Amino acid sequence: MKINHPLLGPRNASEFTILGDAKLLQRPNTPERDQARVFYEYLYHRDNPIGQHQELWFHEQGDRSWLIVSRDTLTHEINNVELASNVIKKGQTQ
Amino acid sequence: MAYSAIKVIKEALTGHRGWKPLWRRPEPKSEYDIIVIGGGGHGLATAYYLASEYKNKKIAVLEKGWLGGGNIGRNTTIFRSNYLLHENEKFYEMSLKLWEQFEQDLNYNAMISQRGVINLFHSDAQRDAYVRRGNSMLINGADAILLNEAKLREKCPFLNYDNARFPIQGGLWQPRGGTIRHDAVAWGYARAADRLGVDIIENCEVTGFDIQNAKCNAVRTSRGRIKAKKFGVAVAGSSSAVMANAGLRLPIESHVLQAFVSEGLKPIIPGVITFGAGHFYISQSDKGGLVFGGDIDGYNSYAQRGNMAVVEDVCEGGMALMPMIGKARLLRMWGGVMDMSMDGSPIIDRTPIKGIYFNGGWCYGGFKATPASGKCFAHLLATDENHPNANAYLLNRFEKGYMIDEKGMGAQPNLH
Repeated sequence: MKINHPLLGPRNASEFTILGDAKLLQRPNTPERDQARVFYEYLYHRDNPIGQHQELWFHEQGDRSWLIVSRDTLTHEINNVELASNVIKKGQTQ
Repeated sequence: MAYSAIKVIKEALTGHRGWKPLWRRPEPKSEYDIIVIGGGGHGLATAYYLASEYKNKKIAVLEKGWLGGGNIGRNTTIFRSNYLLHENEKFYEMSLKLWEQFEQDLNYNAMISQRGVINLFHSDAQRDAYVRRGNSMLINGADAILLNEAKLREKCPFLNYDNARFPIQGGLWQPRGGTIRHDAVAWGYARAADRLGVDIIENCEVTGFDIQNAKCNAVRTSRGRIKAKKFGVAVAGSSSAVMANAGLRLPIESHVLQAFVSEGLKPIIPGVITFGAGHFYISQSDKGGLVFGGDIDGYNSYAQRGNMAVVEDVCEGGMALMPMIGKARLLRMWGGVMDMSMDGSPIIDRTPIKGIYFNGGWCYGGFKATPASGKCFAHLLATDENHPNANAYLLNRFEKGYMIDEKGMGAQPNLH
């Protein structure tokens, strides 16, 4: 697999480590009603689809940036790569 | 289909044209008592025990592809019961005892070979941890023998004992562990279940559950709607996708695990050997191929194939452990989809929806669990009570904080 890094161009996936489902960025606020339940869902019930999956990859042996990679779990094809910091900023301005 | 020496000789002389299929190809009925979803090792074992021990009538196994075409056909055929935690060890030791009886119970040759499993250790600390694990195994009725370096050298003279970074100091040996022919496990259970009246329905994919008032009454399949009182889901890597049809989310991620086999060689490796410093394990098949594997690729995948980086990593582990395998050529490699649970331990439990029961989260330890998984799941389906040897494999243990954290590493979907 090659990951098309937004700043560095195509890089071999072996330079990266994966954390998993990008929903891990949406950490629940505290305190919140039904907090134990909310955090249980956040920590353990991650998306595990057949097909398109948004996931967090860390360029550990590169520029150490976090990326959000849209990847097909059936074909391993990567459709979109964005810097996680940019996605978070966009989310805040919306 | 019965086997005998006379039958084998007769067929050999007549061109093997008289063998019959081992199980029927029935049309699905409109209603069953219990439907098992997934015609792999665990599903077929479940159906067999439901019919044989719990005397249930009207059982069906629904399989979306062909029988035994999932992970029961894509593993490295090893069974063992060398776990540390009581919750796991009692279960896997039950499984090992069932393996020892497998051929007699089913009257089916599965080429079982208790050739022993050796886990190597490479430091004083790792030896101490293995002593503890060995004691845990003994307490639970399993067998375990600590081999020092001299004894290990007698059994396995070919290992790289003087590796500068990870010298081999000895190993924890389970003599009763070994290998068994994986396809024969599926076929043996299928034949036995079919003889007891279980309908094994292939090419029948479950596409939805009919749920009313949090109770499931029927499944929608590619071959029509089928009613039942209870539904047991045992679909391994597809767990999240099938359970999503019932509106449930699981503490599971699906990952790809690769395995490899070399060209056939003369007998060289006496049993199963695992590297204690890297992720690598190896055995030799009866045909002579070196069968080995390593770690999962690490990303969510349903592809049944992996990437080259892990191939390289596994082969490096093999070279570090036994440099002689560098002379062997790789013949085949394949990948299977593992349902990785968040603590590395499986789930055999009810679900929040009445009538739906779940068996999954086997990570990449599912093959050796096949008989015990089937028996415990059948017990749950038949009696509505968790089997005493699987009573910690609860779906809500993550929410309640009762993880079975064999590796002591916390919530990660990439543990064994």
